[in-house]
Amino acid sequence: MIKKVNALGLTCPLPVIETKKALEEIEKGTVEVLVDNEIAVQNLSKMADQLKMDHSFTKEEENVYKVEIIKGEGIEKEPAPVFEAISCAPAGKKVVVISDKNMGVGDEALGKVLMKGFIFALTQLDKVPDTIIFYNSGAFISIEGSESIEDLKKLEEAGTEILTCGTCLNHYGIAEKLAVGSVTNMYVIAETMMNAGSIVKP
Amino acid sequence: MREKEIVFCKGGGCTAKLGAGVLGKILDKLPRQKDENLLIGFEGSDDAAVYKLADNLAIVQTLDFFPPMVDDPYTFGQIAAANALSDIYAMGGDVKTALNIVCFPESYDMNILGKILQGGAEKVAEAGGVLCGGHSINDDGVKYGLSVTGVIDPNKIRPNDKCQKGDVLILTKPLGVGLVCSAARVNMCHEKTMAEAVKSMTFLNKYAAKIADEFDIHACTDVTGFGLLGHLSEMTKGSFTAVIDSKNVPYIKNARKFADEFLYTAAAQKNRNFVGDKVKFYIDDFAMEEILFDPQTSGGLLFAVSEKDALNMLEKIKTLGMPCGIIGKIEEKEDFEIKVI
Repeated sequence: MIKKVNALGLTCPLPVIETKKALEEIEKGTVEVLVDNEIAVQNLSKMADQLKMDHSFTKEEENVYKVEIIKGEGIEKEPAPVFEAISCAPAGKKVVVISDKNMGVGDEALGKVLMKGFIFALTQLDKVPDTIIFYNSGAFISIEGSESIEDLKKLEEAGTEILTCGTCLNHYGIAEKLAVGSVTNMYVIAETMMNAGSIVKP
Repeated sequence: MREKEIVFCKGGGCTAKLGAGVLGKILDKLPRQKDENLLIGFEGSDDAAVYKLADNLAIVQTLDFFPPMVDDPYTFGQIAAANALSDIYAMGGDVKTALNIVCFPESYDMNILGKILQGGAEKVAEAGGVLCGGHSINDDGVKYGLSVTGVIDPNKIRPNDKCQKGDVLILTKPLGVGLVCSAARVNMCHEKTMAEAVKSMTFLNKYAAKIADEFDIHACTDVTGFGLLGHLSEMTKGSFTAVIDSKNVPYIKNARKFADEFLYTAAAQKNRNFVGDKVKFYIDDFAMEEILFDPQTSGGLLFAVSEKDALNMLEKIKTLGMPCGIIGKIEEKEDFEIKVI
């Protein structure tokens, strides 16, 4: 399989980043990159060396260089020990903790849009989170009228446990309106967070 | 907002410098005028020119300007000014006057330029200098910097190439700002990391230069576009070998991560091409190599100081709050000008 990347007109590090993406997208095969300067060729070669992939380049014409990087064939098959070390992703559950109805500090309207976008983005991930916990004003996201209900239902279907803090629902007087997932208490929240492999807090 | 995106961050700062290799070729061909009062000119590829006016008085002149490397115009102004002023401090001088150098597209919001100039003016004031004018050009892209004049006692000039065997090398700021800015350009840099880089880039070298007055300094340069190794090779100048202890080199922690993510800049590669064959790496650590070649915008001062003074001086430099360190020493010349262990 040959994948082509046209990086003409791009300045470093963009050609390298685009090429890295292309390499990640193929299981094995060749990535052909066009760049317009020799320095970019050298930077691509450095990356290929670091990834222990075979590479070569040809000067096609003035200011056009073609770099070929081969992934997975006819070259050193043994992965460098570094790569094994990298595979130690945290074990245990991935828990998303949402403590505010807005994402980030700043303009409220923006924060709301960002939070909606974040939850939608979660639905698009290859692996959805194991648990999402809502507390304090985060509780407004899992109740009727919230723009994220559809996305949260999708996540629930995909296997995400959705928990909302009961004390918080009561405090804001919205306990009746919970639209997705179940009510939880501080004991469960604390335990889930303590046992999590990683906690993501937008 | 949109305008800002167009204006800023095409890969600015010292990454925009022309490569040392290309530059050397044409500079060598320029006619050299003789003037016995010109104490430092082209010859030593030094940071600034020094011209003697009287036995105890010389002027130090420098200029530096570049495209933005950060999104915020005010911060950019501060960084560009701190960077330009730095050359005076590298020579050991005091800043007296500064002139703005401005390229700015007329079609852009002039308030952006206002912010840039404000940032620059504040740094000139902090330096103890007076801003007294400037020149502006309507241009496609934004560029800003300063022409700076300082004064110095000709007997107290700090050349960049008079290091001695046994000297200890002290670096006063962390490396890696080039990698950080490169990561920010492609939205891979956390705000906190960018803030570390900005803190370093806006910090005047005035304070470290002042501390150095108390010690026996043999050579000094500021680390900018040619990276630590590029500027270090100007210091050893083929007469000595510098041994760099990579464990003690201060750098912005996430710069290593960005090097591992292959955020290679063109300027770092140019530096590698220019100075790489003078360097022998005894470490198997490619990310560290990239950090050592990383072009710095408004980088720290690199001092060659007598061994007896090194620890005391480092203790005082540390009080400035910048990551800094004793990064190596000057030894007798060997096969390579720079050894990295």
